[in-house]
Amino acid sequence: MKTLKGAATPLIAIIIAFTVGGLLMFIQGANPLTAYQSLFYNAFTTSDGIAKSLGKATPLMISGLAVTVGIRAGLFNIGAQGQLIAGALASAWAGYRFTDLPFIIHLPLALLIGILFGSLVGAIAGLLKAYRGVHEVITTIMLNSIVLQLAEYLSNGPLKEEGSIIARTPAIEESAVIPDLFGLPLGFFLGIALAAIVWWIFKNTTTGFSFETVGRNKSAAWYSGISVKKITVAAMLVSGGLAGLGGAIESLGVIGRFEPAFNAGLGFDGITIALLARANPLGVIPGAILFGGMRGAGPNMQFDAGVSPDIVDLILALVLFFVTAPLIARWFKLRNTEQRSVTSGWGN
Amino acid sequence: MRKLTSKSSLLTYIVIIIIAFFYSRDSLVTTSVAGSALLFGLPLAMAAMVGILSERTGVVNIGIEGTLLFSAFLGFFIGALSKNLIFGILGALIGGMMMTLLLALLAVNWKMDQIIAGTIINILAAGLTSFFYKQGYALPSILPRWEVPFLSKIPFIGPVFFTHGPLTYIGLILIIALWVGLFHTVWGLRSRAVGEHPSSADSAGVSVVRLRYINLAIAGAFGGLTGAYLTLELVGSFDRGFSAGKGFTALALMIFGRWNPIGALGAAIFFGTAQAVANQLMITGVVNIPQPFINMLPYILTIVVLAISAGKVRPPAAAGAPYEKEKS
Repeated sequence: MKTLKGAATPLIAIIIAFTVGGLLMFIQGANPLTAYQSLFYNAFTTSDGIAKSLGKATPLMISGLAVTVGIRAGLFNIGAQGQLIAGALASAWAGYRFTDLPFIIHLPLALLIGILFGSLVGAIAGLLKAYRGVHEVITTIMLNSIVLQLAEYLSNGPLKEEGSIIARTPAIEESAVIPDLFGLPLGFFLGIALAAIVWWIFKNTTTGFSFETVGRNKSAAWYSGISVKKITVAAMLVSGGLAGLGGAIESLGVIGRFEPAFNAGLGFDGITIALLARANPLGVIPGAILFGGMRGAGPNMQFDAGVSPDIVDLILALVLFFVTAPLIARWFKLRNTEQRSVTSGWGN
Repeated sequence: MRKLTSKSSLLTYIVIIIIAFFYSRDSLVTTSVAGSALLFGLPLAMAAMVGILSERTGVVNIGIEGTLLFSAFLGFFIGALSKNLIFGILGALIGGMMMTLLLALLAVNWKMDQIIAGTIINILAAGLTSFFYKQGYALPSILPRWEVPFLSKIPFIGPVFFTHGPLTYIGLILIIALWVGLFHTVWGLRSRAVGEHPSSADSAGVSVVRLRYINLAIAGAFGGLTGAYLTLELVGSFDRGFSAGKGFTALALMIFGRWNPIGALGAAIFFGTAQAVANQLMITGVVNIPQPFINMLPYILTIVVLAISAGKVRPPAAAGAPYEKEKS
């Protein structure tokens, strides 16, 4: 019952956002019903569509998880985007650079390298926050731009596919491709497992408790002997690593190489999904599936109804707006309106 | 304040000596580098004013990026559709104010987490501007340059400062006006009081909510001016993601400049100079730095500067906290 109530706000928010999105389509002269029908038919009813939706949902789910871990520890990781790109590029490099490795070694290795590079980018922000007091929102925003530029340089320079006109790395080896399981992308199941693990850690372990305590009250954490600095760095390592893994799965499971244009915005979607789930690790699963489906079927909708796929971004923005603004609770007189404070100004 | 003045006057002398040295070596190149430093730096400085004004009155504003994007969007399309640049500027101003007033609604009235509120502004602006974006529109022209009589004839200073479009002059003047306003008027004193200690300001009879609204509206006008400058004066076109991270850089410049308009202007010119020098080195082929590395320079500098200066900069005390009127 409690979970049901917790889900009420996001559900109502999604309905309102879709309604407003429909109105905007109508103003543009398109038929919103045709558009939504095409969107949902192509995303969730055909077997190809479902596979595609879940494939698109996976990196969103994992980057949502990355942001969630940060929020739980009192850090607003806007840098999931940069960490994700670092992971995507590094794992793609590992995917094509190592040849003649058996699948059982190559794929885990490539994933691990993705995680490592994501963590690395996250750690910079974590260390600066813990030891120099630089706000993570600023550093992660800056790191996003730095990583993006670096990735653009590398994929258009040293790591560029020979003879290619556009900036992209060579295709990854067969042995680094994430396989399908029963026709569905394996990464998706990995994402669900990760969400469950993160949820379990926060519910049952001291580590999770320390993260949570630092997130809720730093001085209380300090008095109870938790090292706030260590936890801050650790949280950014985990958050960055998860985002990096999201990028790795995108490279190894969805695109098959690194191409800068394909990763645009995934990390920012992670923020929306984490806030939509109210920083509940299990809550990111349905949110990611919904938006993965919309992202995947966007082009179909454009073909069937003449609506630009950009509407998906707009609907995402509206969902975030209605979930976080205290409107719905007021309109529908919901009791369960506890908003987790995600950030704490610039000060600490 | 006095301490800052002595430091900055020392800095000014150093800058003048450096410029004089390069000017004596090559006057043409020095003038053009200084000119482009101003061109790169000014929009960032104007955008930083959005943050300074918001945060000085106690509202953290990470929505500068969205404010710039939306105002440039509205400015460009209103200018293109009406074939009138004045309407374009007005549109940009309204667009900027719409975004900051939305922030005021979220952060001041609804007391939302201000970082999330800013994130919403950014995501919403990106969504709106890409959904309603249409190709194939063009402005009738860009804002004309206006060489200030006499002043533009002064060597070095003339071409650098007095041969620009109207919004450059307006921007520079307004930045200085904001500094005067914040530190030398009653309005500024009240605003800063609301940003530092709202309950004291409240007991002294200042309406915290009203002043936050007014100042966010002015901040939005600064954002609109920046958007208008970028699209109507500097570039002359609009594209998806037009603001390209300038709002975030501005945020860093605000901190770099210690929430002080002149400080942020100085920081922005410093950034602009770094970029202009890098570009100049590329053109002359002295060094061959790939463009991405030049692009990331300001961001790296920001992190380095913040890491060094951290602990010494202090944000307005009440920035980030919604104001709850004490019940008595």
